Amino acid sequence: MIEFIQQLINGLSLGAIYALIALGYTMVYGVLRFINFAHGDVFMLGAFAGLYAAPHVLEMCGGPSYGVTAIVLLVAMAACAIIGVVIERLCYSPLRAQPKLTVLITAIGVSLFLENGGQLWFGADPKSFPIIMDDSAIDLPQWFGRFVDLTLTTGQLLVFGVTAALLIALHYIVMHTRLGMAMRAVSFNPAAASLMGVNNDFIISFTFALGSALAGAAGILVSIQLPSVEPLMGVMLGLKAFVAAVLGGIGNLQGAVLGGLLLGVLETMDVGYGSPTYKDAIAFAVLILILLVKPTGLLGKSEREKV
Amino acid sequence: MRAKSYLLLAFVAIGLSAFIVPAQDSYFYDILIGIGINVILATSLNLINGYTGQFSLGHAGFMAVGAYAASYLSLKWMQPVDPGADPNAISAMAEGGFFVALLAGGICAGLVGLLVGVPSLRLKGDYLAIVTLGFNEIIKSVIQNAEPLGAQRGLGGMVRYTNYLWTFGLAAICIYVVVCLVNSSYGRGFLAVRDDEIAAEAMGINTTKYKVLAFVIGAFFAGIAGGLYAHLKQFVHPEAFNFGRSVDIVVMVILGGMGSAAGVCFAAVILTVLPEGLRYLSHWDKLPDWLQHVAENRMILYSLLLIVLMLTRPQGLFGGLSAPKRRIGAK
Repeated sequence: MIEFIQQLINGLSLGAIYALIALGYTMVYGVLRFINFAHGDVFMLGAFAGLYAAPHVLEMCGGPSYGVTAIVLLVAMAACAIIGVVIERLCYSPLRAQPKLTVLITAIGVSLFLENGGQLWFGADPKSFPIIMDDSAIDLPQWFGRFVDLTLTTGQLLVFGVTAALLIALHYIVMHTRLGMAMRAVSFNPAAASLMGVNNDFIISFTFALGSALAGAAGILVSIQLPSVEPLMGVMLGLKAFVAAVLGGIGNLQGAVLGGLLLGVLETMDVGYGSPTYKDAIAFAVLILILLVKPTGLLGKSEREKV
Repeated sequence: MRAKSYLLLAFVAIGLSAFIVPAQDSYFYDILIGIGINVILATSLNLINGYTGQFSLGHAGFMAVGAYAASYLSLKWMQPVDPGADPNAISAMAEGGFFVALLAGGICAGLVGLLVGVPSLRLKGDYLAIVTLGFNEIIKSVIQNAEPLGAQRGLGGMVRYTNYLWTFGLAAICIYVVVCLVNSSYGRGFLAVRDDEIAAEAMGINTTKYKVLAFVIGAFFAGIAGGLYAHLKQFVHPEAFNFGRSVDIVVMVILGGMGSAAGVCFAAVILTVLPEGLRYLSHWDKLPDWLQHVAENRMILYSLLLIVLMLTRPQGLFGGLSAPKRRIGAK
């Protein structure tokens, strides 16, 4: 039982990362109805932004601390937001009128470009991420630790804290601001939204900025726990985050979080109790099973195609 | 009838040109065979993506099934030939066995295609793309865990049966089958499903059947290409059939123009030769340093090519040129 709870904690912290990246996929899908295949690579760029920013920040603040982590997080989020908007402006916005498939293929091209460009610019070898905060086991309160033998690291706690904060912020932006209302309007009906005076292009760029910033945050959160970053780190994680988004019902924010957490827990349970070699396959197997039973995902609403 | 004479012509041309191909064990020979294999892969994916409009991102998975099935069979039942023996000394008996192994690989891949085609009935567009990608990953994972197939170590020791005649003969058959199928009155269903699924259904076309059929036939030929690949390299590894390989094949179809048989073949040739040419350029001293550097990182060029192509000519190089567009009543 204790082991199960331990696996659950590990799974949820992995799932929180998936959820952060999945939100980017799902938001872009919401406004543009296409899979931004390059999103996983934006996550990778976030990790690298942190890698290059961290030494300067460490020098400024004099040693690892939570303050340093917060600054690095913000730097990576800002960098990714800019990258996301640039990608959207350069590659996706000229293709608004084209079939969705064209945009999808362009996204694959952007993804390949970032992966291979990353290998050229950063080098293909894994680079160790500087220690910006201490990632160690927390002493759980005595009364708690006496009965159970759980391990919780500060890294995991940071993942939970940052994810929760970002989710609340995102919820506030989407549900309680004028920008958020415009986002929902564009997602609901782009033509009608633009007739009501919404600047669709700006809203789409804003959506890309939000989603990419979340991916950037995920990049830092992963890098703190992993010892190293490399240009291809976003490929598998990005794909699985996308699976999480589809699992929850793509286009649905709560669905992305649910899908991410579910996938993280499932994967960790598979490693803990099943066969770890099937770790990558299980995500996709679950995806196929869910889609066969409910093609719109767990929380997705079906859109009837009009003739 | 005209198509059949083209096929015959292709066979004669292949037979004749076999006399001028470079030596079996040369670098150029391997590139040439690589072209043939990629033509089969691109043409078969074109049936699924281009003609039927079902965006599949898992073609390398079918290739893997074919490659492993054919290799397993040829290792199991027909290893009388010493692996080090002269490749020209392969007996007719062994050649026949090789054909059976290829065919079995194709059939296995076709069965997997059936399995993948079924979810395509309920999914479309992006969802289908991700599910086919998922199948590719699952196939890879299963192979990585299958001890009889060498698991993570890969499977090696096949005899090098793949040669010029086999590869291009099968490529000609593949093109013939796909083009004839799509141009027949029966096969117009594929195009109807692509152009407007709802309208096609309303006209009484069994869209389910066509979608699954496209996957089965496409997978079958991908499996054959996989078998050829395995018996060319004499070694297969699960990582050779990853997402990147699938994307390569998709790029061929898109560059050539979805639904253009000639364009896709052309793109397959270009994209097989281009990386090798760039590799050569990157070692060419007369070129300025920065150009050498760019040539060295050919994958960047490759991805830029894809982006620029989509921005400027999204229908592909040959898209819209040779797609069947005959009007009703025209001869």
